[in-house]
Amino acid sequence: MIGRLWPVFVRDLTLLTRGAQGRGGAVLPLLFFLAVAMLFPFAVGPDARLLARTGAGVIWVAALLAAILPLDRLVEPDLEAGFFDQWALRGFSEEALLLSRILAHWISFGIPLMIAAPISAGLLSLDAAQLQTVELGLLLGTPGLAAIGVTIAALTAGLRAGSALGGLLAIPLTVPLLIFGAGSLQPDGEGGLALLAACSLVALAVAPFAGGAAIRAGRE
Amino acid sequence: MQDCRLVANDIACRRGDRILFRGLSLAVGAGQIVHLAGPNGIGKSSLIRILAGLLRPFAGTVEREGALALSDERLALDGHQTLEQALGFWRKIDRPADSQADFGLADLLDVPVRFLSTGQRKRAALARLAASEAPIWLLDEPLNGLDQHWSCMAQVAISAHCKAGGAVVIASHQPLAIEYVQTLQVLDYAA
Repeated sequence: MIGRLWPVFVRDLTLLTRGAQGRGGAVLPLLFFLAVAMLFPFAVGPDARLLARTGAGVIWVAALLAAILPLDRLVEPDLEAGFFDQWALRGFSEEALLLSRILAHWISFGIPLMIAAPISAGLLSLDAAQLQTVELGLLLGTPGLAAIGVTIAALTAGLRAGSALGGLLAIPLTVPLLIFGAGSLQPDGEGGLALLAACSLVALAVAPFAGGAAIRAGRE
Repeated sequence: MQDCRLVANDIACRRGDRILFRGLSLAVGAGQIVHLAGPNGIGKSSLIRILAGLLRPFAGTVEREGALALSDERLALDGHQTLEQALGFWRKIDRPADSQADFGLADLLDVPVRFLSTGQRKRAALARLAASEAPIWLLDEPLNGLDQHWSCMAQVAISAHCKAGGAVVIASHQPLAIEYVQTLQVLDYAA
């Protein structure tokens, strides 16, 4: 099963990182993430103390919005093209397929975000300790964002205006990740990281099953 | 070829709040071809999806023995890839042993799938289906968009698959020129 799933995972990863067929690839969320960090100092002014106090929260909001950006291309194009039907006929479970997609999605947006975070931190004048907490938080939180993203993509695939709806659905579901992620940067907020990891694990555990059920229900 | 058998018992199909057909039974075994005939909208494609296990029948059961391959209007090939890469993706999963009928695609292998014509897409779908080496073929309008020559060749490939011990269900509103086809008029079961 794992051996047969490997080509599927490689395809998921290639499509999500490189992008094709109207999929923007990993670059678009990354630029969006950096653009928010770049715009914020223009909006609130160059006061370094203010930026350092609010910057980490901005990084988390930007990460969340960057995760929403690729929602409509996570599942919909493959469902439309009949890939999920063909996989089902070959005995692949939707859960395994979505797990592969969550991993590919995380690699294509979570890791670039972690690489870009030091640049954002520089723009928002965060110090090294804050940056370390942000990086750790992103490492723990982005798998949860990826899992929620793929679930919502599976739920809204095939709906008209599915992408707009997907964004709206994702915001409330990702709020706990945002609270604990940004909260971990407050003084004495280290406990937030543990709760962030817990939220991510719950999302990861539920996502393949919820998304799989959504895809099966969508066939009716 | 492995043993294959596809049996549908007393199937009813509902789409929305409308029953399309009920009480439909069919059985197809090794070396047999069933042609699902009938006008547009009677439920041929839905029946194919029920047989494939992708759609739950409103009533009745389906028994499957042997692997299934489906060709419908969804190509399941990546448009931005060349035909060779796109078919290669399924080969990596299906790992066919021998080279299959190429449906005249040899010259098109370096063409991106999105540039293929309707008929060429249909042939690509048939090539993907044949390369899966599944004994049971479910074909939804396999001859749509094919010219006279390739329509003929596709039917030759279908009967060759049956002679090799495969089983085929074809949903088509067009008459078929294949020997020993059992025709099932879906209209007879319309609710």
